[in-house]
Amino acid sequence: MTAAMHARSTADVTPIVEVRAISKRFTRKPDLAERIAGALGARVDLRTVHAVDDVDLAILPGEVVGLVGESGCGKSTLGRMIAGILPKSGGEFFHEGVESAAWTPLQRHAAVLAVQMIFQDPMSSLNPRKKVRDIIGEAAVVHGMTSRAAQGDYVADLMRKVGLDPAYMRRYPHQFSGGQRQRIGIARALAVKPRFLVCDEAVAALDVSIQAQVLNLFMDLRQEFNLTYLFISHDLGVVEHLSDRVAIMYLGRIVEMAPTEALYAAPNHPYTKALLEEVPRIGAGKRTFAPVRGEIPSPVAPPPGCHFHPRCPFAMDRCKTVRPVLRAIGSGRWSACHLNDAT
Amino acid sequence: MAEPLLSIRDLHTHFDTKAGIVKAVNGVSFDVAPGEILGLVGESGSGKSITGFSILGLIQQPGRIVGGSIRFAGEELVGAETTRLRQLRGRDIAMIFQDPMMTLNPVLRIDTQIVEAILAHENVGRAVALGRARDALAKVGIPSPEERLKAYPHQFSGGMRQRVAIAIALLHRPRLIICDEPTTALDVTIQAQIIHEMRLLCQEQGTALIWITHDLAVVDSLADRLCVMYAGRIVEQGPAGAVIAEPAHPYTRGLIDSIPSRNSRGARLKQIPGMAPSPLALPAGCPFRPRCSYADDACLNEPSSIGVGAGRDARCVHPLVARVPA
Repeated sequence: MTAAMHARSTADVTPIVEVRAISKRFTRKPDLAERIAGALGARVDLRTVHAVDDVDLAILPGEVVGLVGESGCGKSTLGRMIAGILPKSGGEFFHEGVESAAWTPLQRHAAVLAVQMIFQDPMSSLNPRKKVRDIIGEAAVVHGMTSRAAQGDYVADLMRKVGLDPAYMRRYPHQFSGGQRQRIGIARALAVKPRFLVCDEAVAALDVSIQAQVLNLFMDLRQEFNLTYLFISHDLGVVEHLSDRVAIMYLGRIVEMAPTEALYAAPNHPYTKALLEEVPRIGAGKRTFAPVRGEIPSPVAPPPGCHFHPRCPFAMDRCKTVRPVLRAIGSGRWSACHLNDAT
Repeated sequence: MAEPLLSIRDLHTHFDTKAGIVKAVNGVSFDVAPGEILGLVGESGSGKSITGFSILGLIQQPGRIVGGSIRFAGEELVGAETTRLRQLRGRDIAMIFQDPMMTLNPVLRIDTQIVEAILAHENVGRAVALGRARDALAKVGIPSPEERLKAYPHQFSGGMRQRVAIAIALLHRPRLIICDEPTTALDVTIQAQIIHEMRLLCQEQGTALIWITHDLAVVDSLADRLCVMYAGRIVEQGPAGAVIAEPAHPYTRGLIDSIPSRNSRGARLKQIPGMAPSPLALPAGCPFRPRCSYADDACLNEPSSIGVGAGRDARCVHPLVARVPA
């Protein structure tokens, strides 16, 4: 399937960012006793968390990809690897078709600047002791987008673009409301002229009315700067509103990927179906939920075979042993489920 | 309506701060009938949680209830003795918080905490209490309750912790449970499980619920009636279906339009301009006036509550649905 995806992506346009079979493993560091035991030849069991497990994802220029999953499914870890702020444990990372191992210093520089990230909590991602002017403008000066002398104008221009009053340039982050802080985070990301923004739960901490303002801002900026987005969220409504394509993650793997309309109209994977059924929707009125049983298993000891089988109402014997691969099930649609094997 | 279980009239809860008096709850009135699910909706700082805390008498310095009345089953709670409130809390009125880690003591086992809650209100033996604790966990869908009783809160997942908090709230079959954003910190699949089970359990026991949330979509699928709060006031209330389908207050309309939905794909969301006013510097008249597209000079006077349909009222000079004298 990697080959198939590869063929598709090279046939059309070079993806701005592509990851192939990328994984991230977190292993606990051995403590002193364990190191001694290990040195003496004892078998020390250090548990490894497979946060991201063999994921392929190609993001084409100009598209908005939504990445959806519940807490602990590895969506933030994948987003951080794509943004280049977390090293991968395995797999390949391509920027503009060039693998990260083959980058020249110049390409590395371009790749790092082209992808910027916006975080969930703007209070913990903005330095509380710096003025907004420096938070937004520092990286731009360092990277030569503007000069120290022109920093004020450069920052003022960015602040206007994200809907902040440039008169507040000399204030500190705590003097702003949550929505305004998120705008500062967006201006900071835009300051180095990126082509691709990774937004990790960027509106989750905001009130509904403020969330709508920030979502509209994202859409305006997409037009203005021709941006590409990876929009990571647990909120299916927000993702549906914004994305062209949606990928659903479960316990470190992408289980389904499809154009937004197709996915919401006819979800294929049982997990996607369960997710969509359980989202409370406004205007639907009172209804009963038919919740999927159980909880997301621990990524330390994921179930064998399909990770979803213990909660899946359609689980068969094969699901308990064989890992289903992500296969094409229609135009642009991919799903990792044994139920599709028969067809 | 039958005799309401809870009746709040003109409640004012203020906080004295160095910068001035924050009127967190500023003249709130509503009723909850026995067995009814009331959704209390608002954005951060609208006073919805403080309203919930006021009912239980949990307002601490520098906050205080400065006026109004809270009658629970005919009994006045404002100014009631602390000992009387302690009797009511947990037995007749229970509360479930957003973060179950806040309600559960991290250094005590679950069985200790549940037994303590039982013995606080009932004179039973420890063995009986332990048995009841086990049944309570089983009822909220915690697998192998016998073993889980011996666990500490950190050994549970977020969803399971919230179930423990719900089990404790249900112990004494309270007549009213106040849920303050109980599913906000949970994943959608777990949220659906909790909502599903809460509703079944309350139907079974005839418990009334006040469901405090910022998420209109959640209350729409759950609540019988809805109160929308803004800047310490209830700006609109009525049957949930009617309010969502045809909101009377421009703020409610704006909130509903702000939610991304199936129909909004690709289009700009209709946003409410500006942000909620500082509670220290509320604009004169209608507090929503500076953000409202219908505002005019008439809004400079504080609007009073007007009837806008069966069991519905709104605090607006220019309601979006026809006025119906109550």
